[in-house]
Amino acid sequence: MTDTPALSLNVPQPACRPGDTPDFSSIDVPAAGSVRRPPVDEQPDAMRDLAFTIIRVLDDEGNAVGDWADSLTDEEVARGLRDMMTLRIFDNRMMTAQRQGKTSFYMQHLGEEAVSCAFQRALNKGDMNFPTYRQAGLLIASDYPLETMMCQVFSNEADPLHGRQLPVMYSSKEHGFFTISGNLATQYIQAVGWSMASAIKGDTKIATSWIGDGSTSESDFHAALVFASTYAAPVVLNVVNNQWAISTFQGLARGGSHTFAARGHGFGIPSLRVDGNDYLAVHAAAKWATERARRNLGPTLIEHVTYRAGGHSTSDDPSAYRPKAESEAWPLGDPIDRVKTYLINKGLWSDDRHKQAEAEITDMVIECQKRAEAIGTLNSGHAPSPRDMFEDVYAEMPAHLVRQRHEVGY
Amino acid sequence: MTQMTMIGAIQNAHDLAMERDENVVVFGEDVGYFGGVFRCTAGLQQKYGASRCFDAPISELGIVGAGVGMAAYGLKPVVEVQFADYMYPAYDQIVSEAARLRYRSGGEFTCPMVVRMPTGGGIWGGQTHSQSPEALFTHVSGLKTVIPSNPQDAKGLLLSAIADPDPVIFLEPKRLYNGPFDGYHDRPVQPWKKHPMGEVDPGYYEIPLGKAAVAREGQDMTIVTYGTMVHVAMAAVEATGINAEVIDLRTLIPLDTETVMASVQKTGRCIVLHEATLTSGFGAELAAQVQAECFYHLEAPVLRVAGWDTPYPHAQEWAYFPGPDRVGRNMKNLMEA
Repeated sequence: MTDTPALSLNVPQPACRPGDTPDFSSIDVPAAGSVRRPPVDEQPDAMRDLAFTIIRVLDDEGNAVGDWADSLTDEEVARGLRDMMTLRIFDNRMMTAQRQGKTSFYMQHLGEEAVSCAFQRALNKGDMNFPTYRQAGLLIASDYPLETMMCQVFSNEADPLHGRQLPVMYSSKEHGFFTISGNLATQYIQAVGWSMASAIKGDTKIATSWIGDGSTSESDFHAALVFASTYAAPVVLNVVNNQWAISTFQGLARGGSHTFAARGHGFGIPSLRVDGNDYLAVHAAAKWATERARRNLGPTLIEHVTYRAGGHSTSDDPSAYRPKAESEAWPLGDPIDRVKTYLINKGLWSDDRHKQAEAEITDMVIECQKRAEAIGTLNSGHAPSPRDMFEDVYAEMPAHLVRQRHEVGY
Repeated sequence: MTQMTMIGAIQNAHDLAMERDENVVVFGEDVGYFGGVFRCTAGLQQKYGASRCFDAPISELGIVGAGVGMAAYGLKPVVEVQFADYMYPAYDQIVSEAARLRYRSGGEFTCPMVVRMPTGGGIWGGQTHSQSPEALFTHVSGLKTVIPSNPQDAKGLLLSAIADPDPVIFLEPKRLYNGPFDGYHDRPVQPWKKHPMGEVDPGYYEIPLGKAAVAREGQDMTIVTYGTMVHVAMAAVEATGINAEVIDLRTLIPLDTETVMASVQKTGRCIVLHEATLTSGFGAELAAQVQAECFYHLEAPVLRVAGWDTPYPHAQEWAYFPGPDRVGRNMKNLMEA
């Protein structure tokens, strides 16, 4: 006989399920401005605290406060607001287009607009993002044509990817946006390799890596942190913690054990945790981390604390696994509303001007959509040629692919 | 010409490629300071510096994944997976990423990377130092798969692979590193210096990918093979006296179908031979293509001789390895078929 009890398996569960009252009491939200900003060459050990708090600039009244404020001019913040609004309106239009059968699939960014839009503004031309499928703000903030994004979503003749890729899997070398893969986390280590290449060549470019909370469980996350740390690679490792991986809450990736930022410390990587719904805070953290990388001081990990306010994709219904009103209870609010309030406080914006801007951007997005739809949508008969299906498998088409292409009739 | 082992030839190919193109970088486990567990990268770090040839953490997915990123930047990474048996953690990066970058990005991003990995059995390597996983690569669109059988080819094919704009899986039969091996494990092994193919051109040269070599001309049957089995086939020809034509494919994808089909159309009989397990092995692809292209020339069914459909055993090494006796027996059966 043994005197130890029978073992039991721990299967983490979120605090709330459909029908429950949303509860984010487990998230400790520090006051805006309360977190210090260390010098960029601070040793990782001396700044462990920054991985266990949340860097916030915008307070509840919409004022920018503390050490991390003032990384942007008023014009830049206004531009940021416009980028975020554009992304949200773009998402709206594409969600509807999917419902209308103009494409097969879409993924929106609702609530996460600040993360990618703000980060992109800390990058230089020539730097390379290795994004996931939920950072289209990186493209919008670098002035990638919306019409071309739509052509990709519609898989039409003007799709630069020739209809080969699922919607939203954009690619633009010129805009520092690495080709998106459906396989999660793979790009995380690739970004490290890209930045190592930049270091090997004595270049000045840096890379940024993107991953969601759920995908930190993939092996590539671990490999990326080891390689980034070992070779002091000029890379910024972003974790976008939006609390949800499809139906799985972030506790299943063991976000509940500690913060995701804290994982950087095990590898000797300085780590920040930032309010992902605070455009100013995301930009300030991005600026800090990119400066570290540019000064050859090595990698930084940034956990962006945010909330996936929409469904995972057009194929997902979140009301099946979480309370319907959960996004309204999210303590970090809405990124667009917060910047709007900030600009109004400064006398640079107003509700009327906001409504007007919304209408203008909507008109502009609709114009782009009309042009893209005129070229074709998924089922309108203006798909790329089947001939394109055989191109780019290799640099030169080998004989067996030429034979197969002929068999299709091209 | 200079005497070289396959190891020396591979080291020399690295050296020439690094000298010729400063974008060539070499890394993997134990590859840097130590020069590789098989010495294939010996002296490179000393000659080219630690930023061109360096040691990597023990993470195959990390090595290949970082290589993909470097290739996307514009470097030419030549990375090593210590044994082909340990490539599985990197398989996602190879299949989902390296092979598809060009295709999925509309040609914007490419992956001119070489992944070297020692392969094959016959060395008492047991389950995880003997595997031949080539069929797991030839099944993947976007990859090229190369496997040399001698030093002269190893060097020329590796130089081609490094210069190639596509990702290349470069499988090196470790059984052949120090000398040819014909499967007679109970006889003393000859070093490459006593074999004509140990004579290697010391300068830069490329052997084109996608071109097979006729290792031996013959009339009675065609043996289509690659790697260590080229030497086994030659020994079986000698033992049986059957005048077989032996084709060393050298490159599995792209496949030199012209050379294979011309040979089978001439001989009317065909054995496809490899160490890898039989079911869904690369031999199945070869047999299917030969059957389709040479149906009216065939005087007997295409025969496959391969490793058994078991994990690679230790104590039963020579009952597993398709040696000259088994190959010879099959050759006789095929002549009588």
